[in-house]
Amino acid sequence: MITEIEITPEVLARHNVTDEEYRRIVQILGRQPNLTELGIFSVMWSEHCSYKSSKVHLKRLPTTGARVLQGPGENAGIIDIGGDYAIAFKIESHNHPSFIEPYQGAATGVGGILRDIFTMGARPIAAMNSLRFGPLEQVKNRSIMEGVVAGIAGYGNCFGVPTLGGEVVFEESYSGNPLVNAFALGIFKKDQIFYGKATGVGNPVIYVGSKTGRDGIHGATMASAEFDEESESKRPNVQVGDPFLEKLLLEGCLEAMKTGAIVGIQDMGAAGLTCSTCEMGGRAGTGIEIDLKYVPQRESGMTPYEIMLSESQERMLLVAEKGREEEVFQVFRKWEIDAVTVGRVTADGLLRVKDHGVVVAEIPNAALTDEAPIYQRPLRKPTPVPTPSRPRSAAPRLACGAVLRKFLSSPNLASKEWVYQQYDHMVRTNTVQLPGGDAAVIRIKGTEKALAMSLDGNGRYCRRDPKRGAQIAVAECCRNLVCVGALPLAATNCLNFGNPQKPEIMWQFSEVIDGMAEACRVFETPVTGGNVSLYNETLSEGIYPTPVIGIVGLIEPITHTTGCWFTGDGQIVALLGQLTSSSDEYRDGLKQSFSEAELELSSPKDAYTLWANRLPCPPLDLQLEQRVQRACREGIQDGLVRAAHDCSDGGLAVALAEMSFSNFQTAGRGAHINLVAADFPAGVLFGEYQSRILVTLDEAHWGALQKIAVAHGAELLRLGTTGGDRLTIQDKSSILIDEAVAELESIWRHSLGQYFQR
Amino acid sequence: MKFGVLIFPGSNCEHDAYHMISKVLQQPVEFIWHQSKDLKGCDAIIVPGGFSYGDYLRTGAIARFSPVMEAVRKFAAGGGLVIGICNGFQILLESGLLPGAMLRNKGLKYVCRHVNVRVETTETPFTGSSRPGDVLRIPIGHMEGNYFADDATLRQLEDNRQVIFRYCTADGEITDAANPNGSLANIAGICNEQRNVLGMMPHPERASEAVLGCDDGLVVFQSMVNSLALVARS
Repeated sequence: MITEIEITPEVLARHNVTDEEYRRIVQILGRQPNLTELGIFSVMWSEHCSYKSSKVHLKRLPTTGARVLQGPGENAGIIDIGGDYAIAFKIESHNHPSFIEPYQGAATGVGGILRDIFTMGARPIAAMNSLRFGPLEQVKNRSIMEGVVAGIAGYGNCFGVPTLGGEVVFEESYSGNPLVNAFALGIFKKDQIFYGKATGVGNPVIYVGSKTGRDGIHGATMASAEFDEESESKRPNVQVGDPFLEKLLLEGCLEAMKTGAIVGIQDMGAAGLTCSTCEMGGRAGTGIEIDLKYVPQRESGMTPYEIMLSESQERMLLVAEKGREEEVFQVFRKWEIDAVTVGRVTADGLLRVKDHGVVVAEIPNAALTDEAPIYQRPLRKPTPVPTPSRPRSAAPRLACGAVLRKFLSSPNLASKEWVYQQYDHMVRTNTVQLPGGDAAVIRIKGTEKALAMSLDGNGRYCRRDPKRGAQIAVAECCRNLVCVGALPLAATNCLNFGNPQKPEIMWQFSEVIDGMAEACRVFETPVTGGNVSLYNETLSEGIYPTPVIGIVGLIEPITHTTGCWFTGDGQIVALLGQLTSSSDEYRDGLKQSFSEAELELSSPKDAYTLWANRLPCPPLDLQLEQRVQRACREGIQDGLVRAAHDCSDGGLAVALAEMSFSNFQTAGRGAHINLVAADFPAGVLFGEYQSRILVTLDEAHWGALQKIAVAHGAELLRLGTTGGDRLTIQDKSSILIDEAVAELESIWRHSLGQYFQR
Repeated sequence: MKFGVLIFPGSNCEHDAYHMISKVLQQPVEFIWHQSKDLKGCDAIIVPGGFSYGDYLRTGAIARFSPVMEAVRKFAAGGGLVIGICNGFQILLESGLLPGAMLRNKGLKYVCRHVNVRVETTETPFTGSSRPGDVLRIPIGHMEGNYFADDATLRQLEDNRQVIFRYCTADGEITDAANPNGSLANIAGICNEQRNVLGMMPHPERASEAVLGCDDGLVVFQSMVNSLALVARS
C-alpha cells in the first residue's frame, strides 16, 4: 500500500534524525522502518516532544510537596488547594510558529495549553501569557506583536477564558525569535481528575473533535530547529485554530467525563495522533491499535504518514469503558462534534497503525516515549559579557525627573493596556484584580478562597548570570504574589533557549536549572510541569537565555488582598527590605551605565532598555527575600497594609510612580518621599535592587507593622507620606524628583499605543 | 417569577448571568438549550454574551435561526421581558426583535474595559428602578459594538425614547472621547417599540458584586424583578 522509499541521508536530514538515532531505530524494530514509522519516530524523538537535551537537567528541579497531586509527566500539574478543590495549570511555548504566522501561531498556542488543562478534567478559568518581541521601532516586530496579541485575543475571547495577566518584554535579542509562552489554569474537585492513560485491554479508543487535515505536519520538528532564510516557506507547518470548536470540545468533554464512562483522555497537540496514542499506551503499559480509515478527515487522499503527523487542532483521544461508548457518543452528538471509535487498547505494548486493515506502522510505545534518546550535551561556560570597568569620572549628575519621564516612556516600563484591553479579562465574573497590578487575582465562587497568579521571565539578567537571573525570576514571581496577599504554592516553567548543541547554551541551561531549583526550594514552590523551547536562534544568533516562571498562590480569606495603588491621602509610604545593597559591582555598573546614557536620555531611543542592558545582574540574597516576603504577607493578612508593590524594573522611582497612578477604582495621587543622602542618588532611585516591597499604611498601624518586620528579620524603612498631586522625592541636600502625577501617568499610559497608531 | 438564560453553542456568559440571578438577586433561574422551543414558564429571558457559533458569518447571524429563538419571538410578541447582553443584543438584532445592526469597533480591535453609560429613560422594565441621568459604571468586552441604524430608524428610536443607555463621561456628558467603539449617537442599549425587549452591549452581570469592583449593573436586573412583581400584584 505504501510505496517504500529508500531512507537516504537526505530523508533523514529532512526528518531531523541523526545517523546514530537511525541506527537505534533499526535496532529497536529489528528491521528498517518504513516512511510512516520514520515520521513517527522523528516527531516523538524531536527535541520538542522528547526533551532529549534537557531531561538530564530537568531532573534537578524540585517537583514534590504536600500539595502536589500530580507532578511533571502528565498533561498538566495539579495542586490541592483545600476544601476538596484542586487546580491544574501549566505554561507552554509556541515560539517558532508565532514567528512564521503570528496570529495563528499565538492562537494555537493558547488552544494547546487550554486543552492540556481540560483534558485533565478541569475547566479553564484563567489564562496568562509571557510575550517577548524585538524593539518596536522595527516594523517587522510591530507586525509580529500585533498578530500575536490579536491571535491570543481571538482564541481566548471566543473560547471564553479570561486572559488576565502576564508580561510583555522588548529586547533586540528577540527580533528574529519572538517568545510566546501561554499559561492556563483550571479548577476541579479532587475526585474529578482524569489522566492520559489507555487502561483496560479491549476498551475502545475514541477520536473526538475537528477533522484531520494537512495542517501542522512536522510542527514538532519545526520547533526543534533554527530559522534561516528559508523559514518563511514553513508557513504550512503552522497549525490553524478554531476556538469555537474548542469551546464545544470543552463542554462536550467535561459533560462526557461526568458519565463515568471515560477511562483515560489526552489532547492531540504536538505530533497529533502519534503522540496521544503512544503516550497513553506508554503510561498504562498497554498497546493501542487504530485503523486510519475511521479517522475523520477534511482532505481527501491523505496518506497514513500525513494522518499520523497532522497537528490539526481541537482534537482529543479518549479511552472509554467497553460497552459504554454510546453514553459518550450521545454527549458529543448534543454538542455537534465528531466522535468515532478508531481502535482498541491491546495488551502487547505496541502502537499498531492500520490503514483499511493493512498494518502500516508497528512500534513499541515505550520506544517512542521512555526509550527516546537522552543526551548529556557538553557544557562550556561562555566568556562573560563585559561588565563596566570602574568609572574614571565622578558619578554623573542627572536630572532624575527627566530620567523618570524618559524611562516611563519605554515599552518595557509603560502601561501594557494596549495589549490587555484586547483580551476579555472579565468573562466568568471571577476577576477580582484586573490586569495592571502585581498579580492577577480570581475568586473561587462558593468558597472564601481566591487564587493569585503571575508570570515572570528574565533574559537580561540571565544573560549576565544565568543562575542568579533564574533565582531572581522565581523571587520576583513570589514577590508579586505576596504583594496581593497570596501564599505562593507551586510553579510551572517555560525555558526558552538557543541551540543546545552549542556548549555555551547548554551551560546556560544547566545554570538556570540550578538557580531555579534552589529558589523554588527556598520559596517552597515545587515545579509541577512546564515546557522547554530550544533552538530559538536565527542565522546562528541565539536569544538571551530566558526562563519564564509561572507561580500560583492562595489567598484565604478573599478579603485579605491588596492592590498596588495609593488608596488615600496622609498614609505612610514605607519600604520593606534594604534600600540598596552593599554590592560594589552593581553600584559601579549603575554609575557606568548612567555615564553612557546621557545621549540616549535626550534622544528618541528607548533609553531605559539600553541602560538596563549595560547593568550587571543585581545581587540577590534568597534568605533576605524570604524574610521580606513573609513580613509583607503577614502585614496584609493582619489588615495593616493598604497597598503593596514590589520594586523591580526601573527600581524605586518607577515603583513609586506606578503606585501614584490611577486605576479603575481610585484616582491617582502623589506622595512626598524623603531618602537618606547618597553620593549617587540616581543609583538609589533607579537601581534594580531585589527583595524590596513598598507598602502604604495608616499611621495607627505603624507600630504593629514594625513589630512584624522585626519578628521576621526584615527592615522597615519609613519613606514618606501620600497626598497631593505631585510625586516629590528628595534627600537632605536636594530635591531629586518633583513631577506632576498626571503628566507621568499620561506618558506611562500612552507610550505603548503610540507605536501602533496609524 | 423565574428567569431563563439561553445557551447557544459558543455562549460564554450564561453562567455569569445565572450566578448573578441565583446568588446575588436570589431569584429562580433556569438554563434553556438552543434546541428547545419550551421556555419553561419563565417570566423573563436573558440572551447572554459570548461567541455563539463562533461569530461565523456575522455575530448572532446563525443563532437567530435556533428553535429557541422562535419561542422567544412569540414570547416577546406576547409582552414577555427579554434582555440581550452583548452577543445577546447582536442575536436580537439579527432576529429582527430590535432594529439596526452592529458593526466592527471603530478601532478595529476587541475592547475590554470599564465604561460609563447614562440611563436615558426610566420608562422601561429594565431601568424602572434607576433615575434618569444616572451614570452606571459597567464593563464592555466586544469586537463588534459599533451600533448602526439608518436615519429613519435612528429618528424613530430617538422620538420614541427607545435609546435606553448612552456611553458618557463619569459626569454624564455624551462625548466622542467617552464612546469606546464609534457607536452611532453613543448608543449602548436600545429597546423595542413595546419596551419589553432590551439590547445592551455593556455587561451588567460583570458589575453586579462589590467583590468585582462595582455593582452598578445590578439595577438593570433589579428593575426587571420589581417590574415583574408589580405585574404579578396587579
